[in-house]
Formats: sequence, structure tokens, C-alpha cells
Amino acid sequence: MIKFENVGLRYGMGSEILRDLTFHIAPGSFQFLTGPSGAGKSSLLRLLFLSLSPTRGLINVFGKDAASLKRADLQDIRQDIGIVFQDFRLLDHLTTFENVALPLRVQGREEASYKRDVIDLLDWVGLSDRLHVLPPVLSGGEKQRAAIARALINQPKLLLADEPTGNLDPTLARRLLRLFAELNRSGTSVVIATHDLGLMDQFQARRLVINEGLLQIYD
Amino acid sequence: MRATSPISNSIVPRESIAANALTLVIGIMTFLLCLTFGAVSLVSDTASSWKNDIAREVTIQIRPADGFDMENALKTAQQIASGMKGIKSVSIINEAATARLLEPWLGAGLSLDELPIPRLLSVKLKQGERVDFDELRRQLISAVPGASLDDHQAWSDRLNTMAGATVFIGLSIMALVMSATILTVIFATRGAMSSNQHIVEVLHFVGARDNYVAEQFQRHFLALGLKGGAIGGVMAIFTFIIIGIWTGQNIATPEGDQVTALFGTFSVGLIGYAGTAVIVVLISFLTAMTSRRTVLRHISTLDNK
Repeated sequence: MIKFENVGLRYGMGSEILRDLTFHIAPGSFQFLTGPSGAGKSSLLRLLFLSLSPTRGLINVFGKDAASLKRADLQDIRQDIGIVFQDFRLLDHLTTFENVALPLRVQGREEASYKRDVIDLLDWVGLSDRLHVLPPVLSGGEKQRAAIARALINQPKLLLADEPTGNLDPTLARRLLRLFAELNRSGTSVVIATHDLGLMDQFQARRLVINEGLLQIYD
Repeated sequence: MRATSPISNSIVPRESIAANALTLVIGIMTFLLCLTFGAVSLVSDTASSWKNDIAREVTIQIRPADGFDMENALKTAQQIASGMKGIKSVSIINEAATARLLEPWLGAGLSLDELPIPRLLSVKLKQGERVDFDELRRQLISAVPGASLDDHQAWSDRLNTMAGATVFIGLSIMALVMSATILTVIFATRGAMSSNQHIVEVLHFVGARDNYVAEQFQRHFLALGLKGGAIGGVMAIFTFIIIGIWTGQNIATPEGDQVTALFGTFSVGLIGYAGTAVIVVLISFLTAMTSRRTVLRHISTLDNK
């Protein structure tokens, strides 16, 4: 699905923060991306999301060379990649329903064509009673679940989540992890960036560990 | 709580402090620009009417001499002038009118027979037709000794220069106000956009195409521009009407006469009102285009491709 070959990344004229990354995200796979703070987890997620270009090496996304993609292709590919930001990035003036429906709305689709899907998804993440609530009223956990629902509404092939349990208590974090596991069983590849060892111990999955710019993989 | 509801919220929030401030700035700048345009239009019309008024009349002067039949000379000159192409009418300034003209200098009860006072003929010209003044002058001099033609050329040239300078100064001031308006609107729009950057980022990352994101903001800022522009434009038109009514009501007073002497009736005319409408549309368009450009530039920084 996504292949990295000898990928390196540096910002400006600085030293490389990611070096010689070679790995493969397989369809239907589940992996944690971990490492100490500042190791480059978020940068690697940005590379996976194609919002950064590597300074060297090759990235192949869904069978296409990322370096040769045009801007229009990029937006098409992004519709197959859902991303959950650490800070949720919900729009405060839109309701939960509208935030989750946003990826479909920007495609120009009519509300009638996706209303049922959005409601079902919000029901699945436990927010069926918060459809018409604005984000400032939601709790941290509810915001996180709304952000996950928004990332999933397009039925992406790959889900990227940046510290999805960073702001949650352990009980809620376990519940979210079950949500990701269930999603993975339905065929979506999942990459969760986290430094929460407790969370990783709860689920047997591949681990991509970044340390000092180098990647080690524990299958 | 309803189970579902139609999507009613705009992707770009309709109300915000930055949007209200931008509307206010656009309103004020549109008002100032429309006032400047109205004033320049008024000055231009007035300068043009000054020039037309003076260009529509010339004077024939006949100096008396011993044994000279002035009445006959006046009639001859009237006949010659009336026969020229482009002349509308020729009237002899009679003795009583001539005496009134000289009254401020020579006093009342003046008898023209006692003094060698030149006599005048007022020649009105047809609008838009050229008159061969050289030919008229030649015929007058050959037929009427002591006749001369004053086509007000020197006075007309000075007035033309003054009117041209007045309009130039007005246009320069308008260019400055327009530049200030454009820069203010651009920077105010960018300022208002900066509070919406997170929306641009979210839309971009959920897969919206660049053009779609730009259109959302362009539409929103076009509406803001039209709202602010309409407020400023209506205020400017209201101001024109108020001043017009004031000058109309003060037409017989010294203040009103002074304004009327300078500007005629204070009316900006159709061009002034049409210009106001054009300014409102242009400022709205400028606001929309600035927001579009700002969005596209911000998006280009999101992908380090």
C-alpha cells in the first residue's frame, strides 16, 4: 500500500532528522509508530500523508511514485487516507454532524446521500446523542472520537492517528484502541503514533520505533 | 433533539469580529472614495461648463471717431456677423445697457453722446459649430472702421488652464485616495483571513481541492465587500443628496450664492451615482480576489511539495 525506500528528511539546511527509512505499510495492517519526543514521529506521519516531500529516497503510495504526483492527484489520494490530529482540529462553528460530514461535503456531495452514513458512524463512536453539539461543548474524549469519525467517513484505506490517546484517561484510551482494532478488522490499515507504552502493551501489533532518525521494526 | 438536520452552517463562519471590522473598514474607505469621486466629477463638470459658457459668446467693439455714424456702423457689423456660419444671434448693446455697464466707473446719468465711448455687439455662437473668426475679423475691419473682434481667446486660454489644473488636482487626489483604499482593503482582508487559516488547513487536509477552498472564502469575502461597499456607497449618495438639498434651500443667501458661483447647482449627476456603484462593485471584487489569493498562497505553504 505504502512503501518507503531509503527515505531521508531534513528541514532546510539542518541535519537529517529521518534517515534511511525503508518499510512497507501493508493493506489491512495495524502498527504503532513510537519513539521519544522529537524523534520524528509527526514528520513521518506527514510524509505518510504526503504533506512533506522527502529530501531523498522513494515513497510509493497506492502504486504511484509520490514524487511524480500532481497537486490534483494528491487531493484524490488524500481521500483514501484519513488523519486524526493530536489537537483534533474540529471547526468550532460546525456541529459534530457537520464536522464529521466535512470530507464528503467538500466533494460536493448532497447531504441526503451521506446523512445516514454519518449518523451510523457517530453512533458507532458513541456520539449519537451529540450530533448537533458544537465542539467547544464536547469533552476531550468526545472531540477525539468526532475527529476519528471525520477521518473514517470516507472509508479510507489507511488511517493515520497522531497521539490519539494523548489527552484521554486510560479507560477512554482503551475504548478508543478497541475502536481502532475494530476498524482494522474491517480492512483499514492503521498507523497510530504514540509514546504511550501502556497503550501499546494492550494490543499485539507491529511496532515502528524511531530513535535518532533511524527506524527499527518489531513485527 | 432532532435525529438529523440539514447542513445549514456555512463552511466559513458568517459572523466574526474580524469580519465585522473588515466590513466597517470597507464601508469607510468606500465612503471616502465615493465622496472624492463625486467631488472630482462635480469639479470636472463645473470646469467644463465654465469653458463652454465663455466659448459660446464673443464681442464686437466699435470705437467712435469724428463724423462717424455709429448706428449705421453697428447695423453693418450686425449684418456681417449674422451672415457668418456658426453664429446664433447678434445683438447690439443699446445705449442704456452700455451706460449701465459704465455706471460703476463713470456714475449715473451718463450721456454717451458727450463722450467717445465704444459700442458693443454681443455675438452668441451655435454650440458645436466652428466659427471662422479670422474671416469675421477681416470682413469687420474692411467694412467698419474702428471695429474689432474680441473672441476672449486670452481669457479662455487662462480659464482652460485653470480648469485643467483643477481637474488634474482632483484626479491626483482621487488616485491617492484610491491607492489608500486598495491597500487598506487588501491588508484588512488579509488580517481577517488570518483568523480563518485553521479552516483552510482543515479543509485542505480532509481532501478539499484548492479551488473549492478558495471559492468558499471568495464567496464569503465578496459578500462582506458588497455589504461594506453598499454601506459606504449609500452613505456617500445620502451625503450628495443632503448637500444638494442644502444648496437648493440657500440659493438666495450669500453662502448659497458662493457655492452656486463655484459649482453651479450642487449635483453630482448620473456619472457620480454610476461611479459610486462601480466603486462598490470594484471594492467587493478586490476583497474577494484578495481572499482567494491569500487562501491559495496559504495552501501552497501547507504542502512542502
